[in-house]
Amino acid sequence: MQSVEKGLSMDMATQNASLAQPLAPAVAAPSTKVVARDVNVYYGEKHAIKNVSIDIPDNSVTAFIGPSGCGKSTFLRSINRMNDTIPICRVNGRIELEGQDIYDPRLDVVQLHARVGMVFQKPNPFPKSIYENVAYGPRIHGLAASKTELDEIVQTSLIKAGLFNEVKDRLNDTGTGLSGGQQQRLCIARAIAVSPDVILMDEPCSALDPIATAKVEELIDELRQNFCIIIVTHSMQQAARVSQRTAFFHLGVLVEEGETAQIFTNPQDKRTQDYITGRFG
Amino acid sequence: MTQHTVRAYDEELALLSSKINQMGGIAEAMLVDAIDALVRNDVPKARLVVDRDVQIDLLQQDIEEMAVSLIARRQPMAIDLRRIMGSIRIATDIERIGDLVKNIGKRTSSAEDRFTGNRSLAGIQHMAHLVLQQIKTVLDAFAQNKPDLARHVWLHDGDIDQLNNSLFRELLTYMMEDPRSITFSTHLLFIAKNIERAGDHATNIAETVYFIETGQQLSGPRPKGDASALAFTPSME
Repeated sequence: MQSVEKGLSMDMATQNASLAQPLAPAVAAPSTKVVARDVNVYYGEKHAIKNVSIDIPDNSVTAFIGPSGCGKSTFLRSINRMNDTIPICRVNGRIELEGQDIYDPRLDVVQLHARVGMVFQKPNPFPKSIYENVAYGPRIHGLAASKTELDEIVQTSLIKAGLFNEVKDRLNDTGTGLSGGQQQRLCIARAIAVSPDVILMDEPCSALDPIATAKVEELIDELRQNFCIIIVTHSMQQAARVSQRTAFFHLGVLVEEGETAQIFTNPQDKRTQDYITGRFG
Repeated sequence: MTQHTVRAYDEELALLSSKINQMGGIAEAMLVDAIDALVRNDVPKARLVVDRDVQIDLLQQDIEEMAVSLIARRQPMAIDLRRIMGSIRIATDIERIGDLVKNIGKRTSSAEDRFTGNRSLAGIQHMAHLVLQQIKTVLDAFAQNKPDLARHVWLHDGDIDQLNNSLFRELLTYMMEDPRSITFSTHLLFIAKNIERAGDHATNIAETVYFIETGQQLSGPRPKGDASALAFTPSME
């Protein structure tokens, strides 16, 4: 009986595939940027992430969603080894960035942080000028040979972050004097100033009002042309708006991952359905 | 299904479903009364059927407004979103059924030169009975979240189409035998077609219910029996 059903559903699958063919995109699918295989994270005795495997494509936004304590932020932070600073934290399994193992002991973590940038929940500009906030990264990583070059990096980063027009006349004012939304875009400018491959965002809009949120979301959508973006968000509507792929975490397990449209209209796992429809617990 | 954390959301969804059921119940009762009025030539009853359609129209507006408000306020996802979008579609289909049945009532109350004892009435009654079953079953499938039941409805529309075909031929024969029967027989032709189309709306609803419950479209070959477009007059045989 089972095999008959299987055969039928496979027939339907091939039918659907042949129907869908004319609609297939002409461009090739984006390449995979980050690969995680059987990743486990422990905080002392606590097993925070359990056997997570996922492929994260380049030039797209991947959203991690799930209830508080599900491990989504922990997993995000293990992608640029932010967890290294926590003494009781252990990570095993394999995470690759463009095929390179990021937990290779020979790897320079400072270099990794330049390649995998991070934006936090609360905007955290340095208590320095707007200019210095953006110039800091390129300077310590030696990305600019001259002052002119550094000026150029600062300007393009601010333009890319959609902030330049608002701050061009006061680049020497302190960054902490900006509004919350501007501060967050300043932090994004700071992250992209070192030309990273990946930008990790941990609830980048949860401290912002709806207009500032919309500006950051618009920015995220523009940035995905050039970067691989991974965003952790508590707002499912935000995940639905900004991401191309969505991964749902629960109790340290990656329950389901797929195209955002599919996850939000027709999730396959009951736990995903219960969470996104507001039926949890 | 597990309940929502916000209980008012569950209550609103339940209210939306109950309005669909209410609307479907009125459409069913209208069809029963319309056929009864036709068979007994009960013109006052037929007029009541016509008047009742306004209730269905009001419920449809109500359902649309509720659905829009739910989408705006709750940002529904997954099965909730499918259920709300599906409710709008189902309400539209039931509203169309109401219009078709109303038209049967209109024809009954206007058919003065009625050709009594027309044998086709039995066929129409039978067809209406089948369509009524389809509507009942598909509304049960919606109320009880049963995609398989919806699929069952979807697969059985062919019987109605075949009945419509045979009625079509039968009525053509009567008209040729006795030209005095032409007016009433033409009314009956339209009435049969209306019933057949009400059945089509039941299959539309079946597709919607299946999509709500499974997230998949009903697909594959469906038995279709409506060949009345290809029918010819008996004398040409």
